[in-house]
Amino acid sequence: MKVFSEEGKTMKKITLEVNGKKVSKEVADHTVLSVFLREVLNLTGTHVGCDTSQCGACVVHADGKSIKSCTALAADLDGSKVTTIEGLVSNGKMHPMQEAFKKLHGLQCGFCTPGMVMSAIDLLKHKKNPSDKEIRDWLEGNICRCTGYQNIVAAVKEAATKM
Amino acid sequence: MKTFNYHSTNDVKEATKLASSNSAFLAGGMTTIPSMKLGLASYKDIIDIKRIKKLSGIKVSGKSVIIGATTKHVEVANSKEIKKAIPSLAALAEGIGDPQVRNRGTIGGSIANNDPAADYPSACIALNATIHTSSRKITADKFFAGMFETALKKGELIQSVEFQVPEKSCYQKYPNPASRYAIVGVYVAKHKNGVNVGVTGAKSCVYNEKNIASALSKSFSSSAIDNVKIPSSGMNSDIHASAEYRANMVKIFAKKAVDAC
Repeated sequence: MKVFSEEGKTMKKITLEVNGKKVSKEVADHTVLSVFLREVLNLTGTHVGCDTSQCGACVVHADGKSIKSCTALAADLDGSKVTTIEGLVSNGKMHPMQEAFKKLHGLQCGFCTPGMVMSAIDLLKHKKNPSDKEIRDWLEGNICRCTGYQNIVAAVKEAATKM
Repeated sequence: MKTFNYHSTNDVKEATKLASSNSAFLAGGMTTIPSMKLGLASYKDIIDIKRIKKLSGIKVSGKSVIIGATTKHVEVANSKEIKKAIPSLAALAEGIGDPQVRNRGTIGGSIANNDPAADYPSACIALNATIHTSSRKITADKFFAGMFETALKKGELIQSVEFQVPEKSCYQKYPNPASRYAIVGVYVAKHKNGVNVGVTGAKSCVYNEKNIASALSKSFSSSAIDNVKIPSSGMNSDIHASAEYRANMVKIFAKKAVDAC
């Protein structure tokens, strides 16, 4: 990525906890979190779709809240705890939300899925048993071009019974 | 995105000192960062103000609701105190963008940007807001100067927004189905001394729809608006809605707002 080779850049050393591990790296000031995760830490599960905070493929958790990582500066998140889709597996087992998406075909091409899963997990933190409408309202910042959303909503409902 | 120098400070004075003719303050970044990516804006210095503690928070008294500039939309939407004092303001915040935008976006950023279709400017107009900056107080009717333009001078930092608690109020918007920005949004507020009707999305800048406001000041009912004529001249016209359509929607959404007050 050319963001690391442009002339005149200024660099900052930042320290974050990503998926439970402390990482310290030098980054250019204008590096966004999605680029930091993908290009510096090689955590390519976080996807970049629109890159302007509309599609939601890049959603991660920062200090427990879902955010669009394409629209947050890495330097701004210095000291934060970040969880990405890679951080959900525990003891080799998928997170109940991932299991539900798999079981109920909540994905086709899978491009939007990391963001959908991260966003949906944040929803269940706020509402244990959300209605269809509440799920659809919450996921309005996550765009899927394959599924027509029906199975995504079904997967979130299923996960709500397991979490 | 073009490169810039990132600064973060926990002090208002330092933030204003760092500001130059080629800098921007960064709060949630929900508009600033995409604008820089799209090449619509570029700055030499970005001054992050999120770590300035006194710029965040909510204070509610009998007469006013004061919201710190870096208070996030989600905090306004969930505030029990605001829900009690001005429920329409919490509802407005709940309708901005999507959950991730509401987790980062701030009230100060929204009004400093003064997007012609943003929600908060209409609340400022309707609720007789006073914008407290690093150097002065500006009333809402003087703050919003034009499309993406405000009365803010270079390096002047919004510290908080003070809303007057109305007797009754309601915000109704016709959201763009993709972005949730208002195609037309109407914020009606009935105060002791009159009614304000903040309209966003319809023109190049938020405004107080005085024709509707004076009809409602005489009689606060949706039928009082029936004979008010809203001209289409000066209304926005784009792929989403024509000027005539928007003019009609201003009236319809004002009626909806009054009925829901």
